[in-house]
Amino acid sequence: MEVTITINGEQVTRDVEPRQLLVHFIRDTEGLTGTHWGCDTSNCGACVVLMDGKPIKSCTTLAAMCVGHEIRTVESLERHGQLDPVQLGFHELHGLHCGFCTPGMLMTARALLDHNPNPTEHEIRTAISGQICRCTGYKNIVSAVRWAAEHEAAMKQEA
Amino acid sequence: MQTPAPFEYERATSVDGAIASLQEHGPEARLIAGGHSLLPMMKLRLANPEFLIDINDLDELSYIDDRMTEIRIGALTRHTELLESDVLARRFPVFRDAEEVIADPVVRNRGTIGGSLCQADAAEDLSAVCAALKANIVIKAPGGERTIGMDGFYIGPFTTAVGADEMLTEIQLPIRPGAGSAHEKVERRAGDFAIAAVSASLWLQGGTIADAGIALAALGPTTIIASRAEELLKGKAPSEELFAEAGQIAAEDSMPVPDGRGPVDYKRHLAGVLTTRALLRAAARALQQEVH
Repeated sequence: MEVTITINGEQVTRDVEPRQLLVHFIRDTEGLTGTHWGCDTSNCGACVVLMDGKPIKSCTTLAAMCVGHEIRTVESLERHGQLDPVQLGFHELHGLHCGFCTPGMLMTARALLDHNPNPTEHEIRTAISGQICRCTGYKNIVSAVRWAAEHEAAMKQEA
Repeated sequence: MQTPAPFEYERATSVDGAIASLQEHGPEARLIAGGHSLLPMMKLRLANPEFLIDINDLDELSYIDDRMTEIRIGALTRHTELLESDVLARRFPVFRDAEEVIADPVVRNRGTIGGSLCQADAAEDLSAVCAALKANIVIKAPGGERTIGMDGFYIGPFTTAVGADEMLTEIQLPIRPGAGSAHEKVERRAGDFAIAAVSASLWLQGGTIADAGIALAALGPTTIIASRAEELLKGKAPSEELFAEAGQIAAEDSMPVPDGRGPVDYKRHLAGVLTTRALLRAAARALQQEVH
């Protein structure tokens, strides 16, 4: 079947099997391998992308279900050579060890800050509770998201 | 790689269209909404529908509508919307109690109330919530619609009264005075299915319990309505002793099976403790409401 999906601002039309999962569409059809494919059972959150601004698990969504919707992957965070504040936060505060969970964590963090620019530690922990960091680096991930929130607020004040 | 077996796919543009499509394609056709129960089952070949009808575009089924006598919830309303609804939290706090511990925030962005109820997983929380609130379920069929109570909704494990060419469209929660409700759940880790969970609701009138609803999740082959415990409460004044007795009866009437989440005696113990705790919180909330 033919599907037209907006992915990172670009409208693409592709011929896919109805059973193709969004994660495979993103990685194999579009070649955007930043999104990771982890547990395949909607438990680990490595595959999280944004659908119309909300985080979803792309291993449990059909590509066909995304027709007419806007998908954002981790590749869309960097703009004009500038890292997104959440990426900077993970860089500054060492928010990753092996990096496998990072794309999902970054997208959930981005959606959280878009929705709630000044989250508490508890709110950050709740937001990422559907995501597993097998290196158990949660402390730095939470600090990185907090750093991003503060950095973003400071940037806005300067602007 | 886990990928579902091949199927044909269609997007519904209206409720009637979805039902007509179900009729046309027969029992091997299934509706899909959030897909967070059905797609995992399809990956494991536990479900093998040949035709999927995607109802995610049916915005007319996404609402939480506060009428004077009842709250109506559209089948496509997502967990996140149920969690964030202040009107629902005020009228029936059991909803927010449960939604805070259903799966995780990302899954809650997709999963729907209609899908949760129709999945008919005995360990699923919203089924217990709706049963304890004595919700009515609106089912649309090719020739019209019918409304049934939660006591007639579950026929067996993973089986509901919704026929192959029918569709659950709305959940109706009657508003009655003196209401209080609560959900108690014990889980192995954040976001997991319950080891055991209990929803309770009470309707108080002049210091006595006019009506009660108690439903158990993960404690039998389907959601269990603890009718004997409900009957015990009616006409009596709320007290810790009474709720302890109701817990004991609910534990007796639970039918847990041993699995990776725990043995039978542990789950039965939880059934009693959680029933008592849910009733205590429901009563406290009902009494606060009565003051207003």
